[in-house]
Amino acid sequence: MPPDIEAVAEQVFTALADPTRRAILAALAGRGPATATDLAGRLPITRQAIAKHLALLAEAGLVTAEPGERRRIRYRLRSAPMQVAQQFLGALARDWESPLDALKDHLDGRKTPR
Amino acid sequence: MGFPDRIERTVQVAQPPVVVWAALTTAEGLSAWFGNTATIDLRPGGSARMTWTGGETADMRVERVEEPVVFGFTWHIYGLPEDDPRRTYVEFTLEPAEAGTQLTVVETGFAQLPDDVYRKAFDGNTEGWASELGELVAYLDAA
Repeated sequence: MPPDIEAVAEQVFTALADPTRRAILAALAGRGPATATDLAGRLPITRQAIAKHLALLAEAGLVTAEPGERRRIRYRLRSAPMQVAQQFLGALARDWESPLDALKDHLDGRKTPR
Repeated sequence: MGFPDRIERTVQVAQPPVVVWAALTTAEGLSAWFGNTATIDLRPGGSARMTWTGGETADMRVERVEEPVVFGFTWHIYGLPEDDPRRTYVEFTLEPAEAGTQLTVVETGFAQLPDDVYRKAFDGNTEGWASELGELVAYLDAA
């Protein structure tokens, strides 16, 4: 396992722990690339606060900055780190207890609701 | 290391390995405790599928068949999109234990990263819908 997978997942979870950053990431996921000004128009957050969080997210590699119209910086969500975090959640969401309990019940001749 | 790559459970059951083997590797067995319906082509490379009344399906590819000791298959990672290529490997090992069986299930591969995801996660380049849409526009413009 590459040693930095966990670091990537950690950055995603750190980003998602903050409600403002969640709102920004959700807006970029839902509507596509946007400038800080676009986001300020859509979210109940000041442009300054949004710019600060976008800078932090860009530093962490969760969004990327690119030239937009009228020389404004546009931010785009990077999906690859999210896909790494999804794998982490996939492991936590895997439930073997229920099927193994059902297997035991089946072998013992008991019927279990599934 | 906090990233879970491997999940392992061991249970003791009262039945001998041959009985447990049938529950794990036949359509009749799997549909009795795991899926609501099941099909299985029990040979390495064979396909198996389980469905649930809620509409979920699990497509498996049989990898190891060593009756009645080892049964292994790969399937897609729970919670990821259906078309995501990442898969985990599940292996059941059956060991006789007194009159019954010690059954171990190990699922590995949660921390794997295919090359393209690895590259995208770490190299700072961006790919995505927007750039693909840009390519579509360029393609249409060129036509």
